Parts: sequence; structure tokens; C-alpha cells
Amino acid sequence: MAVIKTENLTYIYGEGTPFEKRAVDNVSLEINEGEMIGVIGHTGSGKSTLIQHFNGLLKPSSGNVYIDGERLWEDKARLRQIRFKVGLVFQYPEYQLFEETCYKDIAFGPKNMGLTESEIDIRIKETAEMVGLKSELLEKSPFELSGGQKRRVAIAGVMAMRPKVLILDEPASGLDPKGREQILTMLKDYHTATKSTVMIVSHSMEDVARYADRILVMNRGALYCLDDTEKVFAKADELMAMGLSVPQITRVFARLKEMGVSFNKDVYTTPYAVKTILERLGKSV
Amino acid sequence: MIKDITIGQYFPGKSPVHRMDPRAKILLTAAFIVMLFVSHNIWGLLVGAAFTLVTFLISRIPLKLMFKSLKPILPIIIFTGLLNLFFIKTGEPYFKWKIFQVTDEGVSTAVFMAVRIICLIIGSSLLTYTTSPIDLTDAIERLLSPLKKIKVPVHELAMMMTIALRFIPTLIEETDKIMSAQKARGADMETGSLMKRAKALIPILVPLFVSSFRRAEELALAMECRCYHGGEGRTRMKQLHLSAVDFFAFIFTAVFFAGVIVLNILL
Repeated sequence: MAVIKTENLTYIYGEGTPFEKRAVDNVSLEINEGEMIGVIGHTGSGKSTLIQHFNGLLKPSSGNVYIDGERLWEDKARLRQIRFKVGLVFQYPEYQLFEETCYKDIAFGPKNMGLTESEIDIRIKETAEMVGLKSELLEKSPFELSGGQKRRVAIAGVMAMRPKVLILDEPASGLDPKGREQILTMLKDYHTATKSTVMIVSHSMEDVARYADRILVMNRGALYCLDDTEKVFAKADELMAMGLSVPQITRVFARLKEMGVSFNKDVYTTPYAVKTILERLGKSV
Repeated sequence: MIKDITIGQYFPGKSPVHRMDPRAKILLTAAFIVMLFVSHNIWGLLVGAAFTLVTFLISRIPLKLMFKSLKPILPIIIFTGLLNLFFIKTGEPYFKWKIFQVTDEGVSTAVFMAVRIICLIIGSSLLTYTTSPIDLTDAIERLLSPLKKIKVPVHELAMMMTIALRFIPTLIEETDKIMSAQKARGADMETGSLMKRAKALIPILVPLFVSSFRRAEELALAMECRCYHGGEGRTRMKQLHLSAVDFFAFIFTAVFFAGVIVLNILL
């Protein structure tokens, strides 16, 4: 069954004012349990607005959102429960840290769920390990940590609620290449370990191509496509026409095709490219 | 809810009121406030109200917007109205019940005060609706510049005001973001006792303070990098000029002001 489903979801900012803007336009989609989805689209394409509908932070101007088959906004009192089910990590989540210690900050979500102290403690230890935070850091103030560590604390704060779906808006933005890599690998490991649904919004095609099973492309508020990663990057020229970039390696292969060397598969990750070329040359890996 | 705050909410337009020199607007708004307070009787006040109405119509500010700025003041208007209604004991009583009594003078004072406050709010909102915050602080700086002679740091004060105004929308946006982020973690700000709700503000206020300080530091650094050193010798891109509209506005206000004074003397 689809864990997230939308029907003709439309959201209009500032309805009835001169500044009216259709941020999300008639989007219908289904996301299955256990998938890892990449969300791409350029600035202002409605990605962030869309994901804020999945945990009931925004109310659709028209259309419906179903989480686990339950229609959102039918009963406003249920929204809080939905937010525990669909964990949302905003862009630059480290700016939301507020507690004296990292431990207490991660505990904020689970505490709001009404869990017992011992259960909270188990979850914090577990998520801290998952995001790669050393246990001695837990007693430190989040404001003493480095940027990358702060971000881990913030992500752990949402993970500790053990949401069925974890949505992250640009989880790796503003970090150095090594930090990006670590965060994304950590998310992939989390996905494998918990078998939960993970959605990553990103500008970086490389990151999305490497980790996602399926890719959701937004263009000017409308759903452009939601398809398997290879199928999406097969339309590299269309993506580029939309002003989106495609992974560098895909561009290299597009150029090769122009030059008369065509491969029958679409290539979007470097390891796969290496394998394809070696196969062509008749050598094994 | 947080988007309803209208401080410094400029409503762009091309009406004569918009085109006035901001200095003239500030001075005339001050004159308008004086006009409201010198009028002793209801007739004088009606002249003030007429002035408000005419200026409001000229400015072409939507009525809805004006209601929005009046809404938060409504409790104060009702409160002063009730106080005047029940606590003025002079005049002919309409009815009496134990210690409560309503007199004709009470009723007229209550209406008088309500009209005065409403006019006051509309008049001063018109100033902020038709003048961009930057123009406003520019004008304040120019109007206060004589105080520089007695070592009042007028430019610095104006700069602080400009910066504060500039950051209101940014802070509102930031607050919205932080609120959403904490709500996503199950923060509950709408239910519970007053104490509980006050406590629920901590997860919003702490990050907000932290980011404000960070922003302030970054801004100070950026200003220093561009060699900002205060007001001395600083020229402006936009010069303020008095134009025909302003002279007309001065005459217009003077006529109404004279009307109020005449009515005060006559009645």
C-alpha cells in the first residue's frame, strides 16, 4: 500500500491577494513503503511546499493527502500523530536546536510523543549511533559542536521519533564534500537498517542518482515525473531544458553518444560507468 | 496569525499621498494628531474625522487593509469606551443601578474618545501604509538633524531603525520556519494552560535569539567590509524634495486645522 498518496494536491500562497502564487499545482502521486525517493527541481519549483503537506504543516488549498491510507485534515487533532509518523527535517536543521545538551534536544520529539524516560533513553542512544554521534557529545551543548555534528544532532532529533517516513530537505547543503558524503551514506544506512521510507530533496543530481530508487521531478509547481532513477536520467536532455543539471557522468555519456559511441544503458553513477566501459572493452571488473 | 502583523507594512501605490515628501508626511501627521487632541467638542472632532476620511480616500488604501490595522486596537477602544460610559458621574443620568450609572455626558465622552482613537490609528497607519520604511527613517533623520549640534547621534539612530525595520520580515520568516520545524517534532503551541504555552515558546525563542545574534554579527562585519563609518560625509542616492503635492497638503491641513480652532472658539 502507498504510504504517501496525494490526489490533485494544489497549494496557493497568499490566496486572494495581489501576491497570489500557485506553489503546488494539481499533484497526484503515490509513494510506496520502504522506498528511497529523491526529489529534484530548481528553486521555486514547489519541492519544499510539497513536502510540507506530507506531515500536515500546510493545508492543501484543494485536493487530498493520505498518509497510510488516512486522509489528513479530516480530524485536526490527529495531525500531531501524523507528524510523528512522517518525520520532516528542514533545510539547515541545526538552526532549530535549542536545548542545553544534545541529549535533551534529541529527546524533544520523543518526549512530545509521550514516551517513557527509559524508552526515550534507548532511542537516543540508538539514533546517536546511527547518525554517528559519539556518546560523549550527547552531554555537550549543541552550540559547541561543529556544523556537521550539529546537523547530525538535528537529524537524530527527528529520527528518534522512529517515523515511518523520513523526509529531508537538502540534508547535505552547506557542508563540505566529505560532510555531504558522510550524511548521505548515513541516510542510506538508516534506510537499509530501518526499512523505512526516505525522501531526500536535493539540488545535487549526483547525490540523488546514487542513492534514490525513484526520482520525483517538480517543475513550476507541477509534478513533471516520478519514475525509476534510470528512466528519469534517460530523459537527460529534457531535464537540462528545464534548467536542471544531470550527473556529470551522464553528461559525459551524452557527449559520447553525440560522438558516435553509444551505450545501450543509461549511466548515472561513476561506478556503473566504469563497469559499462570495461564491459565494452571486453574486460571484467 | 504571525503574518497579520502590520508594522511597517508598506502598501505600494501612486496616489498623491504616496508621492508626498516623507518629511512633509511626518510633520503633517504630527499636526493631525495635535488637531485631534486640541478639539474640545464633537464638531471639532468631526472636522478631524473628515480630514482622516478625505486623506484615506485620496490614498486609495484598501478598506480591508485599514480594518486589519484597527483590529488589534479594538479591545482598547472598547475598554476606554466602557470606562467612560460607567465612571463619568456628571450630567443627566439615563439610568442608575447600584453603583453603576450611565449619564449623557458619559455617553458623549465615550463616543468622543472612540472616534478620537480610531482617527488617530487610521491617520498614523496611513503614514506607514503610504511611506516605505526606508523613506520614513530617511525623513526622520533629516528632521532630527538639527539635534546633531547637541551631539545626538541622529544618523546612527536612524541607521539602527532602518536595520530594525529591514529585519522585521526576515525575522517573521525565520520564526515561521522555526515554528514549522518544532511542530514537525510534535511541539504543541496551541493547547494547554498559559504556563504550558509560555514554556512551549522556548524551543522557538532560543533558536530565534541565536540566529538574530548571528545575523547581527554578519551584518556588522559586512558593513565594516564596505567601510561604513557612520554619517559623516555620507551622501545619499535619493534626495528628498518638496513638491507641489506637499504644498497643497500643507494648505489642506492648515485649512482643517483652522476649522478645528474656529469651532473650538465658537462652541
